Amino acid sequence: MNKEEIVEKVNFFLVDEFEVEEDDMSPDANLKETLELDSLDFVDLVVAVESNFGTKLIGEDFNGVETLQDFYDLIERKIS
Amino acid sequence: MGIYSCIGKNKQEVKESLYNGSSGIIYDEKRKDFGFRSCFTGHVEEPNLKKELTRRQRTSMGEEAMYSYVSTVEALDQAGVDQAYLEANEVGILFGNDSTAKSVIDSIDVIRDKKDTTLVGSGAIFKAMNSTVTMNLSTIFKLTGVNFTISAACASGSHAIGVGYQMIKSGMQEMIICGGAQEINMLAVASFDGLGVFATEKNNAAKASKPFDKDRNGLIPSGGAATLILESYESAIKRGATILGEIVGYGFSSNGDHISTPNVEGPSRAMRKALDQSGLNTSVVDYVNAHATSTPVGDANEAKAIFEVFGENGPYVSSTKSMTGHECWMAGASEVIYSMLMMEHGFIAPNINLEHPDEDSAKLNLVKKTLDKKIDVFLSNSFGFGGTNSALIIKKLP
Repeated sequence: MNKEEIVEKVNFFLVDEFEVEEDDMSPDANLKETLELDSLDFVDLVVAVESNFGTKLIGEDFNGVETLQDFYDLIERKIS
Repeated sequence: MGIYSCIGKNKQEVKESLYNGSSGIIYDEKRKDFGFRSCFTGHVEEPNLKKELTRRQRTSMGEEAMYSYVSTVEALDQAGVDQAYLEANEVGILFGNDSTAKSVIDSIDVIRDKKDTTLVGSGAIFKAMNSTVTMNLSTIFKLTGVNFTISAACASGSHAIGVGYQMIKSGMQEMIICGGAQEINMLAVASFDGLGVFATEKNNAAKASKPFDKDRNGLIPSGGAATLILESYESAIKRGATILGEIVGYGFSSNGDHISTPNVEGPSRAMRKALDQSGLNTSVVDYVNAHATSTPVGDANEAKAIFEVFGENGPYVSSTKSMTGHECWMAGASEVIYSMLMMEHGFIAPNINLEHPDEDSAKLNLVKKTLDKKIDVFLSNSFGFGGTNSALIIKKLP
């Protein structure tokens, strides 16, 4: 799966399932402050990543993940 | 008041169904394949709350909480209580609920399949706890008063109102959102069906629930949610609220007997305690909304208890479960609302499907057809497994 496909899938479930505002979706958007995802949403991100990419994230994986770009990169690392 | 039930999604629809004697029972074929003995059930649609609530709020809500949200919005609206009031005053919440079976089973199925607890998602725990209704609604409406759930089997909703009444009467709270909720899926009642106590009149859904009739052969599970706004008289007057009725008696008792078979003494005692507390004579009670679920022993024993308490020429009696089925944890609250609607609109809803009362029921003043009749005082009975009993008396303000 290439980078574009990862971005497309992540953006789709963030808008469709997490109801994030499409206008807020930029690579430098902060997950907590801009996209307003809270600690419980991060549990659901783990579920969404597992069902969309077949890989399981754990809490430590999110260390240093602040922006949407960081999240794309994390998924890319995990599935490569 | 607010109501979301199989005979209507709001007070207006429910009032019409009650007046017309319309049944909300369906035959659910899927239950046969699942192993059910009886396929009858009340039916309500799952509300779509996507526009009203955020994803974070909805993620924590199972069906009981969703039904309760809808009935509570209707109740708050009628009471003239808006979000600003809720945030500026200490308003509490007490709901009756005694299961979240589907939410528990669904989440455990995911864990069994994935072998990973995280993959069940963030909402599972909040849907699965018995206090799911009060924890969700208290968060959504930003309530700051009393906040807990009462689990007392099929008397849960009634006890929630009774406890709320006592808290307000004692000055502990000015306003409490009270009610009852009941999930309405087959997982919730499969083991109940296993006891062989559900009605089995094949393919005639509207006629299967026949409380007090000699041919009754079981109850029909049902559900939804019902909400009442309880408030002190002084607070209601101060707000200029329309007072729909006054709770004047809450009688409770425990049978101290069999886990599932009801007796006569316990319910009689609950009714007498409610009457004593109200200071009213039995002759002023116009109507009794019976618990009668359509089981052979339960209805007979309640008929004996009502006769024992009220004697000859007693009040009019009907069981609205003939139309709604048994709304279990919600029933104690919904049946107060059904009776309040009758009181407001001057009629007594019929005990449909009652053709031949049995020996005990024949002694009661049972209402078979809708009766246009002014009600000033009514008593609502609710009994549950474990022998828990609750009787509420409500009267119209002069």
